[in-house]
Amino acid sequence: MNTSRLQRFGLAVLAWSITCVIFFPILWMFLTGFKTEAQAIADPTLFFTPTLESYVAVQGRADYFRFAWNSVHVSFGSTLLALIIGIPAAYSMAFLPTRRTKGTLLWMLSTKMLPPVGVLVPIYLIFRDLGMLDTRIGLTVIYTLMNLPIVIWMLYTFFKDLPKDILEAGRMDGASTSQEIFFLLIPLTLPGIASTGLLSIILSWNEAFWSLNLTSSRAAPLTAYIASFSSPEGLFWAKLSAASTMAVAPILIFGWLTQKQMVRGLTFGAVK
Amino acid sequence: MKLSHALPVATLAVAVSASAQEITVATVNNNDMVIMQSLTSEFEQAHPGITLNWVVLEENVLRQRLTTDIATGGGQFDVMTIGTYEAPIWAERGWLVALDDLPDEYDVDDLLRPVRDGLSHDGVLHALPFYGESSMLYYREDLFEQAGIEVSEQPTWEEAREWASRIHDPGNRVYGICLRGKPGWGENMAFVSTLVNTFGGRWFDEDWNPEINSPEWQEAIGFYVDLMNNYGPPGASSNGFNENQALFSSGRCGMWIDATSAAGRIYDPRESEVAESLGFSQAPVAETPKGSHWLWSWALAIPASSERQDAARQFITWATSKEYIELVGEIEGWTSVPPGTRTSTYEDERYIDAAPFAGFVREAMENADPTDSTLEPNPYTGVQFVGIPEFQSIGTQVGQSVAAALTGQMPVEQALESAQRTAERTMRQAGYYD
Repeated sequence: MNTSRLQRFGLAVLAWSITCVIFFPILWMFLTGFKTEAQAIADPTLFFTPTLESYVAVQGRADYFRFAWNSVHVSFGSTLLALIIGIPAAYSMAFLPTRRTKGTLLWMLSTKMLPPVGVLVPIYLIFRDLGMLDTRIGLTVIYTLMNLPIVIWMLYTFFKDLPKDILEAGRMDGASTSQEIFFLLIPLTLPGIASTGLLSIILSWNEAFWSLNLTSSRAAPLTAYIASFSSPEGLFWAKLSAASTMAVAPILIFGWLTQKQMVRGLTFGAVK
Repeated sequence: MKLSHALPVATLAVAVSASAQEITVATVNNNDMVIMQSLTSEFEQAHPGITLNWVVLEENVLRQRLTTDIATGGGQFDVMTIGTYEAPIWAERGWLVALDDLPDEYDVDDLLRPVRDGLSHDGVLHALPFYGESSMLYYREDLFEQAGIEVSEQPTWEEAREWASRIHDPGNRVYGICLRGKPGWGENMAFVSTLVNTFGGRWFDEDWNPEINSPEWQEAIGFYVDLMNNYGPPGASSNGFNENQALFSSGRCGMWIDATSAAGRIYDPRESEVAESLGFSQAPVAETPKGSHWLWSWALAIPASSERQDAARQFITWATSKEYIELVGEIEGWTSVPPGTRTSTYEDERYIDAAPFAGFVREAMENADPTDSTLEPNPYTGVQFVGIPEFQSIGTQVGQSVAAALTGQMPVEQALESAQRTAERTMRQAGYYD
């Protein structure tokens, strides 16, 4: 009894310490955004007079909302597209597996192992010829392709946990394949689908390689906004922190609001 | 029937070409560029019909982004901010528009000669200098006076070491000397290359064989590591230009050898605590004065893939003109004008009065010769870099070895041996020799 309480206490301490370590950089960035440039590079201190100077400077230099709208547009758009493609794909793999299903799944995952810079030039050339450079559609397509393997994998594991009998019962009652997906599969695995979608949104929001390389001004999302405040000559930490805080704030709040859903989805099936 | 269809289309086409042209300018987030961005409306008022669209990126991201776009002819940018390293290499590949027919009022002969040469390929300018810099020695006059040190007009590295030892006071968090240590071809290697040059070394012999393990390199790097370990600030291997500027401005460094373009900022009391007691001199020398201080310029170029080259040309000639310098002087103050590009800036009384370091900077820039930067002859152009595409990778890897020697991870000799092997391999792969 005593040991288990001690163990629980120890675990709590461990969990809190890990959380603090992970959260500290974000906290520090948040604080630095309210400092002056001189304070930002001075000896670290927790006590200072906060100023909004950096936020004003940052907003004066670039239009935050234009970048933020691009981020929202691209991450939600690509997630929707990935789910539209991913759900039928995962359905067929989970319920109608063939000899090659395992291989196909592994092959899809293997595309994530290639460093993106390896295909930068071919993709850039294709985008140039299709007129998709610096367009939100172009970026949406790339993010969909980027997240599709993960989306299918996650959906596949959720779907596999669903007893096959339920779908078979539906079929006995005369449901077609699409009815099976819409009226049985999707409602029953909704927590899983939601957490897959949330993860895909977060991954798209944070993606910085393709967004920096395939956009210039019109379709540039928040990652490009952050990149514009770093400087090889001159002080920039406070402004960079202010810009970064503004860039991560929406997704952080979004994460908090959907936390329950995320955790429920990720542990979905495991408790059965 | 067909004609009646075609007519409105033709009218529309004419209307479009006469309406505003939007040009996309890619640049970095340095102070001088921030000022340029803030003057957008001045340009647009003077040039109705052209609007500016800015893409600001971090230096390394920008370099990669521009290289991809220009190599594939993506045409995403109409004006690009590049340096003296890229300009000749890109011009040689036909990626940049030649700027050989500049208007008379631009006064191309007013541009500082070494900067102009650095941005030319086959004698033709391919980028216009926005600002330029060399390197020089900054020191704290108050500390030097206390210690009774007289700074000579041309200090030597031996003297610099001796001064550092006398000022060094780590107990009060004042360090003898601050130098770049953060690895990167444009970071620590910019400084280290000038040190190696003045110690008599060079990157390559005349047949492109790397000489990084030569006695001159050993001596220079040994000197550098020794100096920094004894009289440098702690954690010097993570200090680049920005970190050192911050250290120096807050009074932590007795001496600092770095870009002349920092002078305006550390002389500005709003940004620097040592503005009152700022002293400066030429960068120290050892065996030879050749290549002891660098030459760099940030410049504006037009990619050959741009579809709006005329508008782009109007913009870059405006942003690098005498009128622009005048405009910045009037609006931002004369210490903030882009330095190191035009003789006329250095002859302007208003600038000389506001910036007492002007003469030093001009001298340093005019004496830097990228075509003759080492004691023994070399096959390359560039003082603190080697003007070949392979240098980015070689420079950064050697920079990591030098940083490893600085932190004591490996002895100097071993660090340079490994750097030499890396450089040899890269050069062999690139086909310079078998």
